[in-house]
Amino acid sequence: MKKILGILGLLIFVCSLTAIINPNFLGASNLFNTLRWTSLFGIISIGVAFVIITGGIDLSVGSTIGLVGTTLAYLLTVRHVSTPLAILIVLGLSLLIGLFHGLLITKVKLQPFIVTLCGLLLYRGAARFISNDQSLGFGSAFAGLRELAIGKVPIVGSVTLPLPLLIMTGIGIIAAVFLHRTIYGRYLLAIGRNETAVRFSGIRTDRIVILAYVVCSLLAGFGGILFALDVNSVQPSGLGEAYELYAIAGAVLGGCSLRGGEGSITGVIIGAAVLRVLYNAINILGIPTMLEYSIIGFVLLAGAITDEMVKRYATKRKAARELLADDSVRSDEASA
Amino acid sequence: MPSLGDALLLEVHGLTKRFPGVVALRNVSLTLQSSEVLAVIGENGAGKSTLMKILAGVQTPDAGAIRLNGQTVRIDSVHTAEKLGIALIHQELNLADNLSVAANVFLGREPLRFGLIDTKRMERETLPLLAQVGLDCSPATLVQDLSLGCQQMVEIAKALSVGARVLIMDEPTSSLSQHETDQLYAVVKDLRQRGVSIVYISHRLGEVTELADRVVVLRDGQNAGELSRAEITHEAMIRLMVGRDLSQLYQRPSHALGEPVLEADKLRTHANPRHALSLTVRAGEIVGIAGLVGAGRTDLLRALFGIDRALGGTIRVEGKKLELSGPHDAIEAGMALVPEDRKQQGLVLGMTVRPNLSLASLLRDSSRGFLNHAAENEIAATMIRDLNIRTPGPEQTAQFLSGGNQQKIVLGKWLAMKPRILLLDEPTRGIDVGAKQEIYRLLDNLAAQGVAILFVSSEMEEIIRLADRAIVMHEGRITGELDRAACSEEAIMRLATGNLQHTRLP
Repeated sequence: MKKILGILGLLIFVCSLTAIINPNFLGASNLFNTLRWTSLFGIISIGVAFVIITGGIDLSVGSTIGLVGTTLAYLLTVRHVSTPLAILIVLGLSLLIGLFHGLLITKVKLQPFIVTLCGLLLYRGAARFISNDQSLGFGSAFAGLRELAIGKVPIVGSVTLPLPLLIMTGIGIIAAVFLHRTIYGRYLLAIGRNETAVRFSGIRTDRIVILAYVVCSLLAGFGGILFALDVNSVQPSGLGEAYELYAIAGAVLGGCSLRGGEGSITGVIIGAAVLRVLYNAINILGIPTMLEYSIIGFVLLAGAITDEMVKRYATKRKAARELLADDSVRSDEASA
Repeated sequence: MPSLGDALLLEVHGLTKRFPGVVALRNVSLTLQSSEVLAVIGENGAGKSTLMKILAGVQTPDAGAIRLNGQTVRIDSVHTAEKLGIALIHQELNLADNLSVAANVFLGREPLRFGLIDTKRMERETLPLLAQVGLDCSPATLVQDLSLGCQQMVEIAKALSVGARVLIMDEPTSSLSQHETDQLYAVVKDLRQRGVSIVYISHRLGEVTELADRVVVLRDGQNAGELSRAEITHEAMIRLMVGRDLSQLYQRPSHALGEPVLEADKLRTHANPRHALSLTVRAGEIVGIAGLVGAGRTDLLRALFGIDRALGGTIRVEGKKLELSGPHDAIEAGMALVPEDRKQQGLVLGMTVRPNLSLASLLRDSSRGFLNHAAENEIAATMIRDLNIRTPGPEQTAQFLSGGNQQKIVLGKWLAMKPRILLLDEPTRGIDVGAKQEIYRLLDNLAAQGVAILFVSSEMEEIIRLADRAIVMHEGRITGELDRAACSEEAIMRLATGNLQHTRLP
């Protein structure tokens, strides 16, 4: 909870600073676009958070987005497959990708880093191969479908929200309920801390871990559809490139520990938002865009350092408080 | 008060240390003479480990003073402690097992030649140290190829090589065989002869009697008393440790046995595929598996619980044959396992008491996959009360509880499942005397309710006290069975060291 407040504070700080320097930040279309992009990245970050909570990692998210986007464009524009079928096929494809990762990690016992690094290379190559490395445009034929990514939903009067924001909110709520209200979410969190103890308690941990990778790839695939529709023209070599890093950064910024066992969906979404606002700020404040990665790297590092400092300070203060207070506390050895 | 001879080496005065939620040490004092073996004993949670970690510079005290040779010293790091000549031999060994013995002994102080490690010189200088600790192996041997006992000797050699005058040994025999233990005794006595002082922490009162010149007892983080050489007896030590008399300790009542519940027939485990293992446990029966570490006892339990797939043979529960593809199948058949290593296998240390207690029963209590918070809280409250788990509350992180209370959580997790067969692997290892008695009483109550209990223990005393029947294993096979009347330390030892029993019991 405190972690969420911390990251929320950072978000408010970055927004305020940007708005003060350049009031255009608060312009309707700028806010709309920032929200829209936050939602797209939020969706893939939620997926990656599932994997990170188990103590794993997924480096293939960006390439999965690329492969799904390319395949979708290929099916629709080259093979003229019907829209629902095409979407079903690409979602099925991303589900298989997740299943593939999960099985390799749990049954063949490969390390998640290796499996998904190979995935990163495999799917990017596949995307470029099926499209012959040519850009595939949706043109104007799929304007209806495009609404998924760029649609506006009127709220009150002239205020509209991006449709992806509503989609992300729905996904976020389902993910949060899953994580905190179902036994599988509990298993996921526990596996991240001690897989052996969970397995010894009779839980089929392999299935839970596979599920996490499936959720991750499925959300990456769904994100891939939205990203492709958003740009309306798919660059097989570029779509989704390095997005896995944004997704991981968002999840970590939002309070997921790479050691596993920790994380909240709200935090992850706010984490994704911080990254998008930073990106936006760089653009509208006239900061050289070459610095984008450096700035994001800096913020992430600062976040990690602050988190560690706060943790140490809290432990110290707690100990000091107990030293001063109650001398009658039952003494018991901490198994430190 | 301790007698202050002129050979006073180390003096600890008024040490206090607090951790979040607990006071580990409160105003603890002790003295150590040179050439003395001082045993520090106490229940788990009494503060022994914390005291030793402070002396070794792993932790710093909140209050109190430490004097070495009359000089007040501040031990703020392991490095400082080492420079002062204080070395801690950890309960869990701290060796890089992929490196050679010599490389470990000289870790961080490698002799250099042209900027590169002078391996020859390092190995040459290691040899006399190995002789000192009675270790007969080449300095070039990889540590991973040594037995645990030998690895411990390497640790001691390492401490000696930095000129340690005070050697702190934390439960040094906890995973040693009898032979290795004897060897360790000899080394300890030899070191004392050479003027090294030893602070010896142990749960095993027998070895304290054997080795200690003096005993300091801690209870609840405070000094509970001290015994001079002549006063050291089991009764005196236990009285000071638990603060009550031995007569109040556990005496096992006998009870009637029911039908066979768990039957293993010609089971073959991965570790010892050559030997077929057969056993039966009846309802209400407590069967102990005795033997030395590495005799294949844990492998047997793991196979019974479906953690490792058996290579052959059958397992029956209440006459019904089981196909185990994992622990979930064993649990479904009514089994539970309290594993050997509670921190790695029993608990999710970073989670609080409540989710640890409910972990196994979440699925049963859930509806359509959703958590049942009411049932979960109920389990936590019941188990904390029934098992007398000493915790500030259900939301305390498991890692901050003492070993005994952690073990009770593991037990509680399974009791919530109401198992018909309870398997336990070293159920009281590293647990204080008080919690041990509570666990014994609990197991007996469970047996009286008809639960079939099969436990592995390296403490013969525990087998003798608790088991209706003992099965003894040696190098992967069952070498014999002893009923209560025949169960003695000598009888167990004979079978555990490989002397086959010729006349089987009825």
